[in-house]
Amino acid sequence: MSVDLATVKRVARLSRIAVTDEEAGRMMGELNGILGFVEQLSEVNVSGVEPMTSVTPITMRRRADAVTDGDKAAAVVANAPATDQNFFLVPKVVE
Amino acid sequence: MTDLTSLTIAAARDKLKSREISALDLTESYLKAIEAANGALNAYVAVTPEKALAMAKASDARLAEGKGGALEGIPLGVKDLFATEGVHTQACSHILDGFKPNYESTVTDKLWAEGAVMLGKLNMDEFAMGSSNESSYYGPAVNPWKAEGSDEKLVPGGSSGGSAAAVAAHLCAGATATDTGGSIRQPAAFTGTVGIKPTYGRCSRFGIVAYASSLDQAGPIARDVRDAAILLKSMAGVDKRDTTSVDLPVPDYEAALGQSLKGMKIGIPKEYRLDGMSEEIETLWAQGVEWLKDAGAEVVEISLPHTKYALPAYYIVAPAEASSNLARYDGVRYGLRVEGRDIADMYEKTRAAGFGKEVQRRIMIGTYVLSAGYYDAYYLKAQKVRTLIKRDFEDAFHAGVDAILAPITPSSAFAIGDKELAADPVKMYLQDVFTITLNMAGLPGISVPAGLDRKGLPLGLQLIGKPFEEETLFKTAHVMEKAAGTFSPKAWW
Repeated sequence: MSVDLATVKRVARLSRIAVTDEEAGRMMGELNGILGFVEQLSEVNVSGVEPMTSVTPITMRRRADAVTDGDKAAAVVANAPATDQNFFLVPKVVE
Repeated sequence: MTDLTSLTIAAARDKLKSREISALDLTESYLKAIEAANGALNAYVAVTPEKALAMAKASDARLAEGKGGALEGIPLGVKDLFATEGVHTQACSHILDGFKPNYESTVTDKLWAEGAVMLGKLNMDEFAMGSSNESSYYGPAVNPWKAEGSDEKLVPGGSSGGSAAAVAAHLCAGATATDTGGSIRQPAAFTGTVGIKPTYGRCSRFGIVAYASSLDQAGPIARDVRDAAILLKSMAGVDKRDTTSVDLPVPDYEAALGQSLKGMKIGIPKEYRLDGMSEEIETLWAQGVEWLKDAGAEVVEISLPHTKYALPAYYIVAPAEASSNLARYDGVRYGLRVEGRDIADMYEKTRAAGFGKEVQRRIMIGTYVLSAGYYDAYYLKAQKVRTLIKRDFEDAFHAGVDAILAPITPSSAFAIGDKELAADPVKMYLQDVFTITLNMAGLPGISVPAGLDRKGLPLGLQLIGKPFEEETLFKTAHVMEKAAGTFSPKAWW
């Protein structure tokens, strides 16, 4: 399978990465190179094979459903580029 | 007086305990060495002298009272991927500009609890994506090794290139690193150092910037096998904040050194003998076989038939996980923000400016293979292939093989800015052809320096072990190290 320019732009949009036409053209070549490389997996017969979900046979540990952490609003927003009274600030999303 | 930075961790530990040297003197020696060398080697992206000196003084106080942990007063470097409280933690990416976490990763926390001293943060490929350290926002770290008679600057490998360069150039006693597809073992091989990627789940991933969560694992890079064993003991262990960390006792890895290899069975995978493989690598591999035979091990040929599919499967699984993990960098919660006309425009501009080319490429691939209509063909298929890769190893182990000996890299270190590799991402990916299989299977692997090539550059060999049998790797690697010797670059920096 390979991607065309329109697909590259759609994937960039889904990835939330702004691309110029020139960049999309360059990426198209690179992505097709990688997709061509992974194409060799089609040689492998995987009928009846379970997909791997975990490399180690572990069972998830459980804990009581209780609050163990919190009251750290100032610490949570400390690294944000724009905040106001411990809220993250973003451009207006509703009119 | 001998240069204190020439001491291994084991040697420094003994001299600190007997008060022959002080932690402060040791730390000051490293800070001086970093100041003199970092301009040329670019191994550190942030040095923390005040913190280092304070930690060293506290170590001296504990040592004076006859107390102190397993790493008391030992100065270490930390890969920029590990969260260190109040200190530069940016995964060497522009998008994490200015990020200083207010928490500590479990692995570094454990090291400090044992008395280790932090010297600073080490260079790496952006978000651990790369095999040459050239994708770092801070520019490439430089390999302390140069080919004989050449002044060309070489890569230290990647992604843990800064860790490997700093250890090889004695700019720290040891370093933390991470390995998702070879990022500990390949740089170790390129710099004549020892690196171990432990079994998935051996070390906590809490506080390590995530790349591909089902593959990422922390481990040490050190000057010799003993130092690597000492460091891993302090880094490993279960953590309630990482549910994939495994609740098994952490053995005293150092105690495994010196144990006999008699009765051990070592597998040689025939699929690792690639067409066009360099004669030097092949000779070295054969040499490794002889060393293990001399030590009493039995060597058998084995088959891992799905080996060639590990790399293509990795380039589906890892980008898929990365595209999800890196969704959090959106200009809202931390780091860089580029304003736009609306919120989506702000996201897109921030991520376009903040991520480098290789990171963007992997996010795009990951987004594509997970997108509607392609999930089964790519991601699900790759996860099934992964099951087959793991089964290959299990079959070998069930047949009585204790460990597997293989090459690590197709060649010795290459030049910074190598045009052929820069022009074709897939060529760069092929650097990891020998290392990536065991990440896909979650197995431990150690990289041991085994010799120099005809250019005078270090080459390594890799031992792959059963899950949670790092002790076997340490004892076998120790035998190989004794046969091969250790290798240090001539200082030019």
